[in-house]
Amino acid sequence: MKKLINRPEDVVVESLHGLAAAHGDLLRVSFDPLFVVRADAPVADKVAIVSGGGSGHEPLHAGFVGRGMLDAACPGEVFTSPTPDRIEAATRAVVSGRGALHIVKNYTGDVLNFETAAELCRADGIEVEAVVVADDVAVEDSTFTAGRRGLGTTVLLERLLGAAAERGLGLDALAALARRICDTGRSMGVALTPCTVPAAGRPTFTLADDEIEIGVGIHGEPGRERAKLRPARELMEQVAGAVIDDLPFRDGDDVIVLLNGMGGTPLMELYLLYNELHRIVAAKGLRVRRRLVGNYITSLEMAGFSLTLLKADDELVALWDDPVLTPALRWGC
Amino acid sequence: MATLARFAAWIARLDAVYAEQKDYLTDLDAAIGDADHGINMARGFAAAHQAIVAAPPADVGALLKAVAMTLIRTVGGASGPLYGTFFLRAAPVAGAVAEVDAAGVEALFAAGAAGIAERGKAVVGDKTMIDAWGPAVEALGASRAAGGAVADMLAAAAAAAAAGRDATLPLVARKGRASYLGERSRGHIDPGAASTALLLAAAHETLG
Repeated sequence: MKKLINRPEDVVVESLHGLAAAHGDLLRVSFDPLFVVRADAPVADKVAIVSGGGSGHEPLHAGFVGRGMLDAACPGEVFTSPTPDRIEAATRAVVSGRGALHIVKNYTGDVLNFETAAELCRADGIEVEAVVVADDVAVEDSTFTAGRRGLGTTVLLERLLGAAAERGLGLDALAALARRICDTGRSMGVALTPCTVPAAGRPTFTLADDEIEIGVGIHGEPGRERAKLRPARELMEQVAGAVIDDLPFRDGDDVIVLLNGMGGTPLMELYLLYNELHRIVAAKGLRVRRRLVGNYITSLEMAGFSLTLLKADDELVALWDDPVLTPALRWGC
Repeated sequence: MATLARFAAWIARLDAVYAEQKDYLTDLDAAIGDADHGINMARGFAAAHQAIVAAPPADVGALLKAVAMTLIRTVGGASGPLYGTFFLRAAPVAGAVAEVDAAGVEALFAAGAAGIAERGKAVVGDKTMIDAWGPAVEALGASRAAGGAVADMLAAAAAAAAAGRDATLPLVARKGRASYLGERSRGHIDPGAASTALLLAAAHETLG
């Protein structure tokens, strides 16, 4: 294992110390219990937007704490959900009397820990709603499994709900908006290499030099198929096709696009992929209203990418354009 | 009657049991999960035992609540919130009492198991800990209806949980991380059902 770390057991906490040192103007970090809140929390007369999950997906979630996005993020150990008491403490630190909305990615650990945290909050009189992101089209959506995993729609949801909360929307309206976004966001990822959890010291799975995993999850979970590496054009055609056909997105639809790097992918390659995507969506008659290209929901040093499409309309685009001021996403401020 | 001292003895016994069975549970989890169940349960119940020794709760409800909060803080993964929810839901059903009668024992186990089922959205046959909890709670009720005392009820529950654990062997997982394995989850005992069987066996040894 070759990593820029001191001791494997200190990775998460030392990284958060760095985040606090670099962005103290935007956020504060509590180390016991461990959570991150925006610098001006709690913000009066606003629903608190709270998310969290295992570390190793940076900038998700702590890098999205700040005005116009998350009020609090609750990081767990690498690829491990935070515990309910910490999620409760994070929620309590940012709630202002209009309740809190939890954004949860659909992994069994995250869902159970956030649900239990919500129960603890409600027992203490804090109003909590939760939305679960399950947008990974690589997984068959079935009542006979834990369901689809949460992927890039999480990033778009955090931005859009953060904006809507900033405008003063109430908890019920935010929860309804969140469900609408989750219903029309779809994602799929491809891994070129595995990644290594620092505490484990060896890769979570193995791929031969010429092999890729199509439909990979953000912790390296297996996807649809293990295939031979192919030209970027063919790969993007397969991935975009799977995402577009799933909803399906139709001729004339407006979309917001996230073309996401998994952590170890050069931007040069991401833009090369965007070039392919641009051609494909134009041919399908989709209108890309807004897009992000970069590393937003990563899997440590994994090389690969994921594509997220979200059906957009003027209301969502207007929310998207509202000011946002976080370590990883900022405009309009 | 299950007294406060017996409930404390149950938690102490669970500390010892999960320490002894740590490798067994982790090996089961390595086959279809992420190989940490034994470590997590041992850590959680050691902390829960320590918590009630350090600050002895005044009544059964307070003891169950203290155990719940400690498990929620220390177990992690999926089993932390699930076992935490069991004790969290059982606590108010037991209430601020020094001892619990047969009806109370049935009610607190039923409420706790219902909490786990609700949280995990699992039913019997999904290859989860519910495969042990479901039959155990049924056996508790049947035993009490037949005039059984607390010890008889818990003996029946422990046996039913062990049978439920063994019944997970041929099943395909429908919930949790193991569900992504599909057919490959067949032929393995569910680690959560195994830890539940241990929990009920310890209840039989101490509470009745």
